[in-house]
Amino acid sequence: MSLDRDLGGAIAATRFGLGARPGEIASARSDPRGFLLDQISLRGADLAVPDGQSSTQRLAELGAYQRDRKLALATGDAKSDPVKMAAKLIRDDAGTDFLARVQLGVKTDAGFRERWALFWANHFTVSAGKLNTATLVGPFEQEAIRPYVFGRFEDMLFASSSHPAMLLYLDQAQSVGPNSDLALLAQRAGKHPGLNENLAREILELHTVGVDAGYSQADVTEFARAMTGWSLGRTDHPEDPQGFLFRPHAHEPGARTIMGKRYGEDGQAQARAVMADLAASPHTARHLSTKIARHFVSDDPPPALVDRLTKTYLASGGRLDEVAATLIRSPEAWDPRASKFKTPYEFMISSWRATDTAPTDVAQVAKTLNEMGQKPFSAPSPKGWPEEAPAWCAPDAVVKRMTWSEGFAQGLSDRDPMQLADNALGARLSPLAAKTIARAETRPEAVTILLMSPEFQRR
Amino acid sequence: MSAPLTPTPAHPRESEDPGFFRPTRRGALAGALGLGLTIELLPHGAWADTATGGKKLVVIICRGGLDGLSLSPPIGDANYAPLRGAIAIAPFGAKDGALPLDDTFGLHPAMTATHALALKGEARIAPAIATPDRERSHFEAQDVLESGDAVVYATPSGWLNRAVEAMGPAGRVRALSVGATVPLILRGRIQAASWSPGGAADRDRRLPAILQDLYADDPLLGPALAAGLTTRAMAKIAASDAAMAPPPDMSQASASAMASPPMASPPMGGATMGAAPPTAQPLLKPGLAQARTLGATLAGFMIQPGGAQVAAVSLDNFDTHANQGAGQGQLAGRLAYVDAFLDGLAKELGPAWRETVVVMATEFGRTARVNGTAGTDHGTASTALVLGGALKKGGIIGDWPTLTQNRLFENRDTAPTLDMRALFKGMLRDHMGVDRAALDRVVFPGSGSVAPVAGVV
Repeated sequence: MSLDRDLGGAIAATRFGLGARPGEIASARSDPRGFLLDQISLRGADLAVPDGQSSTQRLAELGAYQRDRKLALATGDAKSDPVKMAAKLIRDDAGTDFLARVQLGVKTDAGFRERWALFWANHFTVSAGKLNTATLVGPFEQEAIRPYVFGRFEDMLFASSSHPAMLLYLDQAQSVGPNSDLALLAQRAGKHPGLNENLAREILELHTVGVDAGYSQADVTEFARAMTGWSLGRTDHPEDPQGFLFRPHAHEPGARTIMGKRYGEDGQAQARAVMADLAASPHTARHLSTKIARHFVSDDPPPALVDRLTKTYLASGGRLDEVAATLIRSPEAWDPRASKFKTPYEFMISSWRATDTAPTDVAQVAKTLNEMGQKPFSAPSPKGWPEEAPAWCAPDAVVKRMTWSEGFAQGLSDRDPMQLADNALGARLSPLAAKTIARAETRPEAVTILLMSPEFQRR
Repeated sequence: MSAPLTPTPAHPRESEDPGFFRPTRRGALAGALGLGLTIELLPHGAWADTATGGKKLVVIICRGGLDGLSLSPPIGDANYAPLRGAIAIAPFGAKDGALPLDDTFGLHPAMTATHALALKGEARIAPAIATPDRERSHFEAQDVLESGDAVVYATPSGWLNRAVEAMGPAGRVRALSVGATVPLILRGRIQAASWSPGGAADRDRRLPAILQDLYADDPLLGPALAAGLTTRAMAKIAASDAAMAPPPDMSQASASAMASPPMASPPMGGATMGAAPPTAQPLLKPGLAQARTLGATLAGFMIQPGGAQVAAVSLDNFDTHANQGAGQGQLAGRLAYVDAFLDGLAKELGPAWRETVVVMATEFGRTARVNGTAGTDHGTASTALVLGGALKKGGIIGDWPTLTQNRLFENRDTAPTLDMRALFKGMLRDHMGVDRAALDRVVFPGSGSVAPVAGVV
């Protein structure tokens, strides 16, 4: 399919990328597909904080905090300022991580690579509801997602499912086989530790084959049994490793049958073998392909595109660089209609990109995202943030976008709005929006109209 | 009845440019916001309460799978305490014990205000209720609960939206969702308002009018902005009318309170109740004050002239897989939040409480047995709570299957004895006056064999 170059450059930057920075549409114009293909990197996505703290360090900090707090509890000082301050410092780490990710999105020249990484981070959602997950979401994305986004899906699945953040978020860390040595020992002490099927269920339902793949409650339970032992070192035991730890004594002994296939007893490798099969399943290929098409192209994804992505996934053994390349080469992905409504995060990032500005404090970002319904690092469930426009286009949320845009535009009174509009939208700027921007009374008003225009609200 | 507004140009310059200025919704909107009056925006200029005879309905969805056996513990069921172990709610009269409803059932000790209503016959439980979905997936079960269909992903709109449509011509009955996003239950052909606390938006009357023009052909942004501005204007009235004078901390109450988890938390994730022990307790009390304020503000919305008669509220974070607690702890904190919200709502509604029904439901219940991590996994039947001054006195709604082992669903969950749609249909028919045929075919498609629950209102 031939593609109008002006439109192609604009689509590359706004739909595949995170919104155009000044000059970006011009650079993409001569070869929009090549512009995107060049962003695929076998090294994975960029790290928001290349020298940032690892999850090991964060867990060690958390452990130190927990020990101090226990001490303070014993002396009745649990509510003392130092304890509160320590908790706040740990939470602040999450804010720092989030701001760094926003800044990466705002400044990167490889907008598609970053959007691709954000898609997978949302696919493997870890939410910052609890103190221990809050401090680990940033390292999780850096360690378990970004290095793998252009590699084999299976490797990312394994990295995610064995990362302390996921093990804590979906309660896997504490799951114990009912017939394991640990359970039998505990029973003598009158305790009854046992299975927690949360992570096993969500791997099946959300991360791999999807809810329609025909598995049963028995498959979920069997997979949960296979996963017992996948845990992490206790943060309050300094001698434990601060990270993934397979606990053989918590592992449910015996063979398991999951979705009709038998897996012999093999310790930690038993669940690993299940994951390999799940990653290779045609159900997974279709589930992931549908999600990708829905994210990049339309809430109602074109079946031909889903088929093409599915084929690539299966033929390449789940190689995500190949899947990304197929997406870029698919004509359906270049439909001139902008049908995706930006999430609040995408809207804000693209606003900074369009105006070549950047936030310098997490407070500039967090409060507004919170008000628009997308609290930083805090997706409402393991399913992640919703994709569909109706979820984000609530009346109140639109008013909040308008209010934020007005405030944002106040600081841009020295900019030429028509130039900004042209840079940001290129051939996607409609005559009506252009006319409305031109008729504005003040420059900030014009910039607000640009940011609130139907074409800037979509991608 | 108010006189319709005469549209006035939003800005003098534009009146000189007839091609640009259209004296339609835009002018009316700008005028109304300028006068601080919103009643003129009603599509028929009428007190919409007449459409429902002043009746009001609030539907609360508790997301994550609320544990019915903790919300309304069957203390008198001999199997309850053994199945539940450390997370069993203590007997009537014990420390942190259940608050008695009858010989068998109590309410969780955190539900003090709800219990006081129950003693007056203004709160009842349906202790073994479920949607037709049996898959134990949050997302499928919520879809079925909110779409009103018997199978998952069959209907893209919500039953409450279709019910509002069935209550009268478009615009006669108004619906409101609380939170930054519209839940499925209220999505559909009727444009529902949505509201979450936050800053004022109408200080500049020019910009909204310009955007309304720019959105003239935009099916998504046009209606959304119009509804958002209208609601925002009403919010000012509601807030100034609410006895609790909420504005100073509304912005905090809001976003975290409703849009996201019920335990209000600071912008960067610290404060979910529960498994992470450190920060939980100190934040409990401010959370309760916010919950009460939010309930009161919603009530303010519903009693002001032109207010919503139908509202939907989402509460999150009931997925208690680990360390759910008993009389105190994680789930207790969430239920205290729910109770404070209900209390704020009931009190602020004042006389209108007599005309109100509140239904609180969840996508599924949780396993009858405590799991290996002092929590519970995804189950089947749970408890729905029905409240309101309009209720008739009575016992539990539906039958109690008991927790005898051979009565447990799949040897694991409370067995469902009542279809969720039967309860919703009963409230819609007996309280809101929706006729049976519409309920059977449109609101809950293909549900003719599911009879509405009778005798509750």
